Amino acid sequence: MDEALLNLLEDNALSKPETLAAQLQTTPEEIRARIKQLEDDRVILAYKAIVDDERAKRTQVKAVIEVRITPEREGGFDRIAHRIAQYREVQSCFLMSGGFDLLVFIEGKTLQDVAGFVSERLSTLPGVLSTATHFNLKTYKQQGVLRHKAAAEERLQVSP
Amino acid sequence: MTMHLPVTPLTATAPDDFVAEHVRAIPRSGIRDFFEIVQSMSGVISLGIGEPDFVTPWHIREAAIYALERGKTGYTSNLGLLRLREAIADYVLEHYRLRYAAATEVLVTVGVSEGLDLALRAVLNPGDEVLYHEPCYVSYSPSIALAHGRAVAISTREEDEFKLRASALRAAITPKSKVLLLNFPTNPTGAVLTAAELEEIAEVCREHQLLVITDEIYSELSYGEAHTSIASLPGMRERTIFLHGFSKAFAMTGFRIGYACAPAPLIDAMMRIHQYGILCAPIVSQEAALEALLRGRDDMLEMREQYRLRRNFLVHKFREMGLPCFEPRGAFYLFVGIKPTGKNSHDFAFGLLKQEQVAVVPGTAFGPGGEGYVRCSYATSMEQLEIAVERIARFIGSCGRQ
Repeated sequence: MDEALLNLLEDNALSKPETLAAQLQTTPEEIRARIKQLEDDRVILAYKAIVDDERAKRTQVKAVIEVRITPEREGGFDRIAHRIAQYREVQSCFLMSGGFDLLVFIEGKTLQDVAGFVSERLSTLPGVLSTATHFNLKTYKQQGVLRHKAAAEERLQVSP
Repeated sequence: MTMHLPVTPLTATAPDDFVAEHVRAIPRSGIRDFFEIVQSMSGVISLGIGEPDFVTPWHIREAAIYALERGKTGYTSNLGLLRLREAIADYVLEHYRLRYAAATEVLVTVGVSEGLDLALRAVLNPGDEVLYHEPCYVSYSPSIALAHGRAVAISTREEDEFKLRASALRAAITPKSKVLLLNFPTNPTGAVLTAAELEEIAEVCREHQLLVITDEIYSELSYGEAHTSIASLPGMRERTIFLHGFSKAFAMTGFRIGYACAPAPLIDAMMRIHQYGILCAPIVSQEAALEALLRGRDDMLEMREQYRLRRNFLVHKFREMGLPCFEPRGAFYLFVGIKPTGKNSHDFAFGLLKQEQVAVVPGTAFGPGGEGYVRCSYATSMEQLEIAVERIARFIGSCGRQ
């Protein structure tokens, strides 16, 4: 049941316990208890809105940085990855296979914010060998949600 | 001396008079009238939709676009693209345990609607009786009449989960009975038959030399026990025309692609009607259908899971409203008994539409046995369903006060 519940919440975190209970053929109390448990176990980390910055008229500068680092004898990539992930500017941080090690998603108010973060803080960290910064130009889809809705509804209202 | 009398026809001929008698006898679909009223209103939440609310998965649409880009714009073989027929043969073998030869026993049609029409026209002599279970899809009775057959409905009941029983079938058989038309999972009831129940039906068919035409368009959308096709039962392959398509499981209604699988002489007879009447199914749609079979299974399973969750939600809500309904085991419809409200199907559906702007289809559209029921489709988003059930509950509350 947890998997089905998680799928439904990932689809719409605002689903009411009553609705979820009806869909999963259980009681709202059971749903509340399961969600509480998933939150306590940090399986569910947080609930957030997915915002279209352009429509919200927000000028957020977003960038993706490829970071090469020197793994350490004890702990490999983890210690330095944790250090990088702590920064407020860092939205996501992943260890990757391939030509670089960490993929770091960052956000700032201005280009200077982002550039400053990379040159002054990220590249100067001990163990960081090199960085390559790519700025977002336009968003088409984020976290599984398309910016533009599909074409207008033309389905027949009643059909056999 | 010759006399020139003015030529006057004995009776004036109105355009109506040209229409053939058997066509004149066919009533307009009850859904059609209802549809026109719904169309004229705004803000309606429709649970009256008999097709998936999902758009065809992108990779399938993309395959259709790619087919156009490559200039695939011509006719195909009358039977359909061989690659598609091969994929269909593989698919029905894997999922239905049915073995058909792609070259001679598979015919690609314009939806199951055409497949059904071909099957009936290929096998019926005037006056032959076709047995089918009711409530049922709206076009069965007219399609039989148009093929000059006689439609013989067998009622199924909610107490019996709308299943067709061998005893009821046996009771309806006459010397003129030739065909049994099956549709499990059933539109509009969501009824299914288990393998054991199908075997009892099959026994009657073998005993009375009936041909079975089985419309299994909703078969992927089964929520309980795995679906069994009657064609896979012993001694049934040679007396069954298996009809299936892409509309429901792969959300491809507008592509209009279905198929028929049957022994070669039956497919050949159907193909002869198809080749003169239709020639072939559209090639772009056939290319899309091939993509659906080869790479569409995960999309289908995901949609099915959505339907199942919505069904659970709707069944629960109707029970809360005091309308205990049969839990459908397949398709995406709930056939809700509305007798406790004191209204008949027509008044309930029209009242609900006028008062609360929710469209459901009166059960009588699916045969006289549908009186006392309405069909609610859950091929609608959860957000819409949540609003719809609130409105329906309010409407039912108002029924009690009147």
